[in-house]
Amino acid sequence: MTVTNEPTTDYAAQLDARGLNCPMPIVKTAQAIKTIESGQLLEVLATDPGSVADFAAWSRSTGNEIVTSGEQDGVYRFVLRRK
Amino acid sequence: MTDSDELPLSLVLFSGTEDKLQAAAVLTAGAAALGRPVHIFLQYWALEAFRTGHIDDRRPLSPEAGEFGEQAVEGMRAAGQLTWSQTLVQAKEIGEVDIQACSLSMDLLRMSAEDLDPIVDGIEGVAAFYVNAGDGQIVFI
Repeated sequence: MTVTNEPTTDYAAQLDARGLNCPMPIVKTAQAIKTIESGQLLEVLATDPGSVADFAAWSRSTGNEIVTSGEQDGVYRFVLRRK
Repeated sequence: MTDSDELPLSLVLFSGTEDKLQAAAVLTAGAAALGRPVHIFLQYWALEAFRTGHIDDRRPLSPEAGEFGEQAVEGMRAAGQLTWSQTLVQAKEIGEVDIQACSLSMDLLRMSAEDLDPIVDGIEGVAAFYVNAGDGQIVFI
């Protein structure tokens, strides 16, 4: 068996949107969220500085929940739960 | 007709300049990601940009872009930013995006249905455009 340092959280899918300009992080997220089931988690990494406001607006508008939101060294990380 | 209860966003594309088409494509993709239906009505020089076989052509920028603007747009392109037409294709994949050619502009540009890039869904007049816009916002670009 493989031992890793991965977080214990189970993501149903992960999306690396680092380096993508607006609106692609949110566009790719809209695509990715459709690939998981209701209640499952999607992890997204992005570097677009508009991400924080965009993901908050996207969550309000679509009803998908932001479980975690944070920034480290210019990389924004969001964990989203599908409605 | 629509499977969304969100009000549609209607964009009238008039300008055929690269930067305005790019801005319109970004607005379209963003609205589509939020689940808002988007209606695009192509008039005049914007319609010309959707001519079969020419949708990937480089187009001039708006006059205010200047030399700095040219360099900035070139930098984004070099960094791998999607073109406006590629962005519209993505928007269509994630949401409800309907692109219609203005029939008057078709006459003006001597275009027929075969001259329209396949990304265009149909041809309509201004009455159909207004009815489809309903109570949603209309933006002219």
